[in-house]
Amino acid sequence: MSAHGTQGSGMTWVGRAIRRLEDPALITGQGRFTADALAAHWVRFVRSPAAAGKLRSIAAPNGTMVITAADLAGVKKITPMLHKFNYKPVGQSVLADSAVRFIGEPVAAVVAQSEEEAEDIVDEVEVSIDETPSVADARAALENGAPQVHVEAPGNVILEGKVKTPGFDPVWENAHKVVKVEARSRRQNATPMEPRGGHAAYDAATGRVTLTCSTQMPHLTRTAICDVLGIPESDLRVIAPDVGGGFGQKMSLPGEYVVLVWLARKLKSSVAWTEDRRENLIAAFHSRDQYITLEGAFDKNAKLLALRADIVSNIGAYSCFPTTCGVEPLMAMAEMPGPYDVQQYQCLARGVITNTCTMAPYRGVSRPVITFTLERLMDKAARAFTLDPVDIRRRNLIDKFPYKSAMGLEYDEATYKETLEMAVKAIDVSAFRKRQAAARAKGRYLGIGFATFSERTGYGSPAFAARGMEITPGWETVIITVDPSGFVEARIGSSPHGQGLRTTLAQIIADELGITPEMIKVVHGDTDRAPYGWGTFASRSLVISGGATLIAAQKIRTKLIKMASHLLEAATDDIVLTDGMARVAGTDKTIAIAKLAREAYTQTHRFKGDIEPGLTETGHYDPPGTFSNACHVAIVDVDVETGHVKVEKFLVAEDAGRIINPMIAEGQVHGGIAQGIGNALLEEIIYDDSGAILTATLADYLPPTAHEIPPIELHHIETPSANSITKAKGLGEGGTIGAPAAVINAVNDALSPFGVEIDEIPATPQRIRAAIRNAGEAA
Amino acid sequence: MKPAPFIRHAPKTLDEALKILAKVAPQDGRVLAGGQSLVPIMAFRLAKPAHLVDINDVAGLDKISNDGKVLAIGACVRHAAFHKPVTENPLGTLLSTVARHIAHYPIRMRGTFCGSLAHADPASEWCLVAAALDATLIAKSTRGERAIAAKHFFTGIMSTALAEDELLVEARLPLLANDARFGFNEFSRRAGDFAMAASLVTYRLQGGKIADARVGLGGAEPSPRRIPEAEAALNGQAPGDKLFRTAAAAAAAAIDPLEDHQTTAEYRRDLVRAVVRRALEGSTS
Repeated sequence: MSAHGTQGSGMTWVGRAIRRLEDPALITGQGRFTADALAAHWVRFVRSPAAAGKLRSIAAPNGTMVITAADLAGVKKITPMLHKFNYKPVGQSVLADSAVRFIGEPVAAVVAQSEEEAEDIVDEVEVSIDETPSVADARAALENGAPQVHVEAPGNVILEGKVKTPGFDPVWENAHKVVKVEARSRRQNATPMEPRGGHAAYDAATGRVTLTCSTQMPHLTRTAICDVLGIPESDLRVIAPDVGGGFGQKMSLPGEYVVLVWLARKLKSSVAWTEDRRENLIAAFHSRDQYITLEGAFDKNAKLLALRADIVSNIGAYSCFPTTCGVEPLMAMAEMPGPYDVQQYQCLARGVITNTCTMAPYRGVSRPVITFTLERLMDKAARAFTLDPVDIRRRNLIDKFPYKSAMGLEYDEATYKETLEMAVKAIDVSAFRKRQAAARAKGRYLGIGFATFSERTGYGSPAFAARGMEITPGWETVIITVDPSGFVEARIGSSPHGQGLRTTLAQIIADELGITPEMIKVVHGDTDRAPYGWGTFASRSLVISGGATLIAAQKIRTKLIKMASHLLEAATDDIVLTDGMARVAGTDKTIAIAKLAREAYTQTHRFKGDIEPGLTETGHYDPPGTFSNACHVAIVDVDVETGHVKVEKFLVAEDAGRIINPMIAEGQVHGGIAQGIGNALLEEIIYDDSGAILTATLADYLPPTAHEIPPIELHHIETPSANSITKAKGLGEGGTIGAPAAVINAVNDALSPFGVEIDEIPATPQRIRAAIRNAGEAA
Repeated sequence: MKPAPFIRHAPKTLDEALKILAKVAPQDGRVLAGGQSLVPIMAFRLAKPAHLVDINDVAGLDKISNDGKVLAIGACVRHAAFHKPVTENPLGTLLSTVARHIAHYPIRMRGTFCGSLAHADPASEWCLVAAALDATLIAKSTRGERAIAAKHFFTGIMSTALAEDELLVEARLPLLANDARFGFNEFSRRAGDFAMAASLVTYRLQGGKIADARVGLGGAEPSPRRIPEAEAALNGQAPGDKLFRTAAAAAAAAIDPLEDHQTTAEYRRDLVRAVVRRALEGSTS
């Protein structure tokens, strides 16, 4: 597609699959990660061995430095806040103080001269806990007499969202048919390739500390740490260097980072902690541990009229900062209706505290679970009405825009039906059905599964404010400077860590300024260098930071044209910026953009006071949000003797508005699908009855490997978004959102001759075999 | 995930290695070969050996020899040595077939055949091979040398008949009959994961009937072993789908299955039925 019309260099950069500017360093081993920095002191955390109890004593070996809550007097608790939904604020001490609430909770910090020595000392620290009964499962935590995890939240309910549309009851009562699904999503870990880690260094000259850490939100990390330590933000610099994946796990504040900054200040030195994989699996944030009961009321033509949902979201032992533990249950409540036209809705969404690792957002947040639930419901409804799964979706997908959902969300122009039809055609459903029948005759069970979904992306502060969040993210700021050398630096508040923003934002700027992306450096992840911003999460950065980038670049462009009009003595309307030059259209009068930049600093008198000195402009953007959409299709081969599922093929037809860089967009979708397949079939954090975690290594917690990921075929539709000034929609989470639903629907299609239904993720081979066995084994 | 402190010894000769082992074994000394199992266990501090006797520099332990009856595999022979058949005897193809199922390529470059046996993980492919083929394991110490039959060598989960001062210096696998058929199948959650069940079968055909059947099973019980009930079902019968199902069912019924938080006894039997039948099916092609 062409983008930006005649603006820019004549050759547009937006829309082109140029190679990522960030990759040469990363693929030649020149990346800089937190753990690369050396420190004078190394920290290991002593973690609670008990799921619940009173902390009686912590005994450190003689001659060692072991920090406990008692040392941290004056350090406030991390207490995230919501002002709605009957939220019960609960605080978390950065090191457990008096009580422990999950296995893995940090109770002390050991400081030593090396990581090895610190780990040796950890082995010798004696933690004495009076254990009390614990509860790991959310439904068990809701039962009468269940152990109370926090006194502030009786019954273990930390928040409760309720909604019922005014016309719900009569529609429900008069429905032709009600279809129900009891969905279960087991607990998962985002499993970034690089676990968390921090390095805090004190500067004696200024008294400042620089915290380098593996985070998605450097500015908010600074704000939060300064809040709990009670120090000015000017005393702390936070740097997010290269970050090896975040997926949401690294947007929540770890208490460990607070301890590092406190230690650096106390020791007036440098301290570092590198989380290991076991810590990451037991004590970094988890996600997706939900029970959802969803019922759909249909009319006689299989048109969905009303949805009723009961959402029980296990939020772990504490509320994560800054999103709070509302992030899963409240998103599930707000977005449950998904891509379907349904105007009546009733929902109860509860966040339940348990003695387990705290929850945080993970790519897609609740949407992989609600999409899985809703798409199971649609497939069950299709069966109840003896319809094809594609047909029932055709009857119910939204096709008029803007559309206002039962929850009041406004859906912008999208292509729910078009992407479904595109996918159906590309996968050739009728050819598959023939192949499926032939395979069944030979005892092989193939299945096809569809998932259609909406992906709310790039939402600004009003959307977050609707949740009543005390910390309300949304906007972004970008500052673009053309320096006297004529090169461009864009300083952004977003904090990309794999999303390719250094490239895509450069493409946007290049088109505005008529220069090449190589001339543009995007600076991020340093609170001293970048403007305050929210970071990178929630499929927002290209929409919001990209929008702010466009606004700033347009201002620079306007100023360059004004300067050129002075120097070339032409009307501003006649100036074009192209190929690094400002040119008077239809003439050979030109001036290099680099020369204009120099003059903006060194020859300001030539502009007769008509411009301000320098060449720096700021853009802010806070959009309403825009909905991407896609149809995912999975073809699976289920081995009914072992329960093993092989995903044979995966196909996506998606619409994320204008695509700035197709290669990067497709990479995002591929990675998301890989995680979604892991969610569907493999990944599960398991607690035993005592609250101990049984999946603390990557031999037990199973992310997919390349071998488990099938060929992925992508098709695009580009519907420019009116809610996004670059016309781009977000797409970072879509892969994970649709894949579990498509895969599990395919598994159910494959197993339909057995009369079994799998409504649980991950659909492990054990669960699939148990279902077949319980159904009597007969196809 | 840093190991507890330990002292590494790096002997150059077998005698020296055995002397050091004799000395440090009572002080929690362990032998280090490829380290692909021991080192992760140490990183998790599930094992904290005070001494490691690293045998990688010991001359002569990386040899494979074949005297026409027995294939002898030295203590430092890596898994990757079997990627291509090491002998024209059917055993060579058998070993290369099995080797491809062991973990991942980098692990196969480093891990050793004898190290797997000494580690005795129930899911180990090489332990299954040793049990199914009735290997003889040669243990040496300063006290002398002894030969241990595979069926007496594996004594439980990660437990063997080796004394603490003994080094497994060689594994001896009998060559197969030239007309031997074999089949191997294993099930794991992901490619390269530990097998949740694995089966190795060998037999010959005499007048169209199965003879000398061996049905080895790994990953399903604390130690790999031959399953006589399945072998009895096969011997004297003509190969075929129905027979293979009968033998697989016999194996599934005969075992005392390992159970864990995800895997019930029933499911383990399901897998045993599947891998034994598939190993048998694979043997006919």
